[in-house]
Order: sequence, then structure tokens, then C-alpha cells
Amino acid sequence: MAPPMSTTPHGPGLKVTDLRTSVRRRAWSAGARWAFALAALATVLVSALIIWTVASGAWTFISQVAFDNLTEIGWFPRRGLFDLSTLLVNSVQISVIAMLVAVPSGFGAAIYLSEYAHPKVRKVMKPTLELLASVPSVVLGVFAISFITPSILTNFFDDINFFNKLAAGIAVGLLVIPLIASIAEDALRAVPVALREASSGLGARKVTTSIRVVLPAAMSGLMAAIIVGFSRAIGETMVVTIASGGGDTSLFNLALTESGGTFTSAMAALGLGTDQVAGNNLAFQSLYFLGALLFAITLVLNMLGDLIVRRLQNKY
Amino acid sequence: MTILTTPAGIATGAADALRKRPGADVAGATFKWLLIGATVFATGFLAVLLAVMIVDGWDVLSGNLWYFLTHGFSQRSAGEAGVWQGIIGSLQVALVTGVFAVPTGVATAIYLVEYAQGNRFARIVELNIRNLAGVPSIVYGLLGLAVFAQTLRGFSGGTTAIAGGMTLAAMVLPIVVITSVEALKAVPDSLREAAYGVGATKWEVLSRQVLPAALSTILTGTVLALARALGEAAPLILVGAATGFMSFGDANMLETFTGPYTALPVLIFNFARQPGADWGVNAAAASVIILVLVLAVNGLAIYLRNRFERQW
Repeated sequence: MAPPMSTTPHGPGLKVTDLRTSVRRRAWSAGARWAFALAALATVLVSALIIWTVASGAWTFISQVAFDNLTEIGWFPRRGLFDLSTLLVNSVQISVIAMLVAVPSGFGAAIYLSEYAHPKVRKVMKPTLELLASVPSVVLGVFAISFITPSILTNFFDDINFFNKLAAGIAVGLLVIPLIASIAEDALRAVPVALREASSGLGARKVTTSIRVVLPAAMSGLMAAIIVGFSRAIGETMVVTIASGGGDTSLFNLALTESGGTFTSAMAALGLGTDQVAGNNLAFQSLYFLGALLFAITLVLNMLGDLIVRRLQNKY
Repeated sequence: MTILTTPAGIATGAADALRKRPGADVAGATFKWLLIGATVFATGFLAVLLAVMIVDGWDVLSGNLWYFLTHGFSQRSAGEAGVWQGIIGSLQVALVTGVFAVPTGVATAIYLVEYAQGNRFARIVELNIRNLAGVPSIVYGLLGLAVFAQTLRGFSGGTTAIAGGMTLAAMVLPIVVITSVEALKAVPDSLREAAYGVGATKWEVLSRQVLPAALSTILTGTVLALARALGEAAPLILVGAATGFMSFGDANMLETFTGPYTALPVLIFNFARQPGADWGVNAAAASVIILVLVLAVNGLAIYLRNRFERQW
């Protein structure tokens, strides 16, 4: 006859405490949890510090500046003239030119890679785009003054300035192509294959399917690509500082063939003269004011782009 | 129009109707070639960029590349200036960046994926990371100037390679977190469950199973982030790299971390700012050097990722 089954649920003589791991192992595990949470907290701290830095510096500037000087003739921080419209117009002009370069090329590449390219081609081109995204922006700035302006733009404009917004805009455009192409391609690939198959089944050509079915379905993602690309272009510093000049002083002008400072290049110029500027407190504080403006503008644009992308993900 | 009567006739007619006629789809062909053109433009400008830089910098690259690589900056003349300080400075800054960004970034990713999926704190951290990724690099320069170089002066020593590295660490932190999150999410749950099944604690599951499985992808992301830091100049300009030049003198390697510093992209900016064609040659030659450096590091990382990408 078999021995009687044990009546305790854990077998003969085994108690609940025996199944617990050792105190030391559990302590390690609990400690690790707190260490990881602390790191996550540190990333929030970075944001908090950025906001605190730009906000407190900007407040110092706003509380001291004479408001009339925010709308005077141009950007001359050391003379106490801080015309914001000068910088705003230049920033927007350069970013719009950048979009005119980057959107057709980036969207074209995205449609080709997602709809037309052979998988093997795609496998090579996707990493190439990633590689392009890593080109340092100073190099594109040098490219603008050593090639775009002298070898290309002088053929079209006789009296173009050596430093000009047009070349800066084109170079910034080249810089944001990979970003725009990448977001746009993700949006196009998120469109379900069933839509394409249904379109083909009705007899539509590939070009018709791409333009009339896939593009409208991915429209919100493409909009997000434009918004995020624009935000990146507004925040680009080195290309504009090298190619467009005018960061230290800039008179209001709309001509694309002239030099002109932007939010970012004005900041770089103020940073370069940190030692000299430190004496004139107001000029130095304008650095933080510009930083706060730039932070706010890009934050709104990025959150908008992010929201649209998220909507798209939920759609299908 | 002929009326099809026999099955064979219908088959031929149908095949004929479906056959592609060259030149019939003009719009389709045009569209396709426009797309190919856009793709070539988007990727081909790198070749143009490299070619222009090599041609412009040829005097330095062909003649005295070794001198250029091993000598410091000189205000006197373009011919005497080199990029040695920039290369050393960039390596120092990258080292500090890695020391601060990688542990923080990977640990944050572990917290998000392994511990806090979906709780309120995790949602705040995720939103925060996404927003940080879009902050312009020069704004990080303000953070570096006000916090790392001034408030933490006692630790960083002012506008030094340490302050510059910490600034870039804050900038690349989102990249490290996002790539590490992807890497950890790719590790299948069956691996974790098997480890729990044999009685491992959460820490043991992570350190012995999940992290080793995700390591290669995490490393790739880290390398990509450091390559990004290597090419960045704007924040460093605000944190003092533009005016500082490392003085080697009799200082040992450790002391140079807390002295004036510069970095390769900032040096290129300084070359480009000087008037005169011979400085332009220097800027182009240094651009070739940084392009080769950044593209090599990135290319290696991307190649390794595609090579070792594990399908679970």
C-alpha cells in the first residue's frame, strides 16, 4: 500500500518561508528597482533644469528691458536694441526655404522606399538615410559658404552677399531631409496593405494607388513630418551661424540674398562673446530670453507633431 | 470590335488586354522616375559634400596631413594651424558624455520597460523623453552654461571638458533611452518567465538574462548617440569651447579635463570664421576628417546592428 499523501500543500516538511529567496538577494532586487527609478527621475530633472534656466534668465531680461527696444530697427544687443521681428523673420524665412528643399526630396524618397523600391534596395537605403542624419551641421555650414553660394547661387543672383539666408536655408534643408524622409516613410508603411490591394483590385495603376489612396491615408503622418522638420530647422544653429552671418548684429531686411541673424545664430554670437557681454548684463540675459522663445516654439511644434503621429498609430 | 467566341480566343484577348504596353503608362513612369530622382538627391548629396570638401581641402590633405593632425591651433597663420587639440578635446568630451549618459539612459530604459509599464510616473518620464529629444541643441548649451559650468563649478571647474561633456550627455540622453527601450522590448517575455520559473529574483532576471540579450542593440544605440555628440558644436560654443585652447605644457592627462578645452567641430567653426582662402582650406580639410570619423563610427554601428539583429 502506498504511503498516505501529505496533507500540507507544499509537501512534507516544507514551509512557506523556505520558498522565499534569501534576504540578501531580495535586498539587491529591491535596491536595483530604486536605482532605476532614480535614473528615470534624473531625466525629468534635466527637463526641469532646462525650464528653470531659460525661464529665470528670460524673466531677468523681461523685467529689465525697455519694451520699446524690442521693436527697434534691428538686433543690436550691445546697444540695447533687441528687435525680435528681425530674428523671427530670418528664422522663418530660412526654415521655409529648408522645407522647400527637404519636403519634396524627403517625401519622394519616402514614397519610393515604401511603395516602389525592391526590398534589397530598401535594406541598403534605410541605413544610408540614417547615416546622412549624422552629418555634422558645421560641415554643412562650410559646404554652404564654400560651394552653395559661390558655385551655384552666384550663377542666378548677381549681387548676392557672401553670407546669405538662401544658402543657409538650402543647407539646413539638406540637413533635415533624412529626418523628414524617415518620419514620412514610417507614416506610409503604417497604411495597411489591404488598402493598396483593394485599389489594385479595382484596376488602379501603381501611381494612382500611391497618390490617391496611400498618400491621403498617411496624410496626418506626413503633416507631422513637416512640423517636426520645421521645428528642427528653426533650432538649427551652426549652419545658420556660418552661412548666414548676422548673428551679432542684424538690421531688419526681407531680402533672401542678404545676411541675417536668427534666434539660434544670435544666441551663438552672444555665447561666443560671453566674456565681453558679461559686463552688459542685459545683452547677456537676452541669450536666455532667446533660448526661452526657441524652447517654447519647438516644444509646441514637437508636441503637435507627436500628437498627430500618435493619432495615426491608433487609426489602423 | 471583334466578338470573341472560342475559349482560346477569349484567353488570347484577355492576355492581350492585360499585357503591359511600353509607353502606355506615361504618368506612372514619370512618377516613378521623379521618386528615384528625389531619392538620389536625398542620399547623393553626401557624395557631393565629401567630394567638395576633399577638393577644397586638398592642399592640406595631400601635403601636410600629418602636421595638420598633430599640431595645435595657431592664430598666426593658417599654414601653422592643426586640429590636434580638437581631436583630443572631442575624445575627452565624448568620454565624459558616455560616462554620464549611458548609465542614466540605460537605467531609465530598464525602469520604463521592466518595472513601470504604464504607471503615471512612467508616462511622465516617457513624455519628458520625447520632448527632450526635440529640444534644439543650443538650448542644452544654456543648461550647460548656467548649471554645469556655473552652479556646479565646484565639480566641473567651470567651462571645461567635464561641463561640455555633461551638456552633451543631457542632449543625447533621449537617444540612449529610446534605443535602449527598443532593445529591451525586443527581448521576448518567455526568457524572463523561464528565469522566474527557476526561482530568480527580478534583479537576477535582468542582470543575467535580459541585459545580456539586449546588450548588442543597446551598445549600437550608445555608439550612435556618441557619434551625434562628436559632431555637435552649438552647445559647446556656449560652454566655452570656442575660446578655450587646451594648454598641454606639463599638465598630465587628468588635469586637461578641468582646463580650457575645445572640440573638433568647434575648431572647424573657428577655421570657417577666419577671413581668407587658406583658412577655408583648413576648414575643408578638418571637415573631411570629422566626416570620415563620424561616418565610420556610425556606419560601423549600423552595420553591426543589422548584422547581429536577432530574430526571436
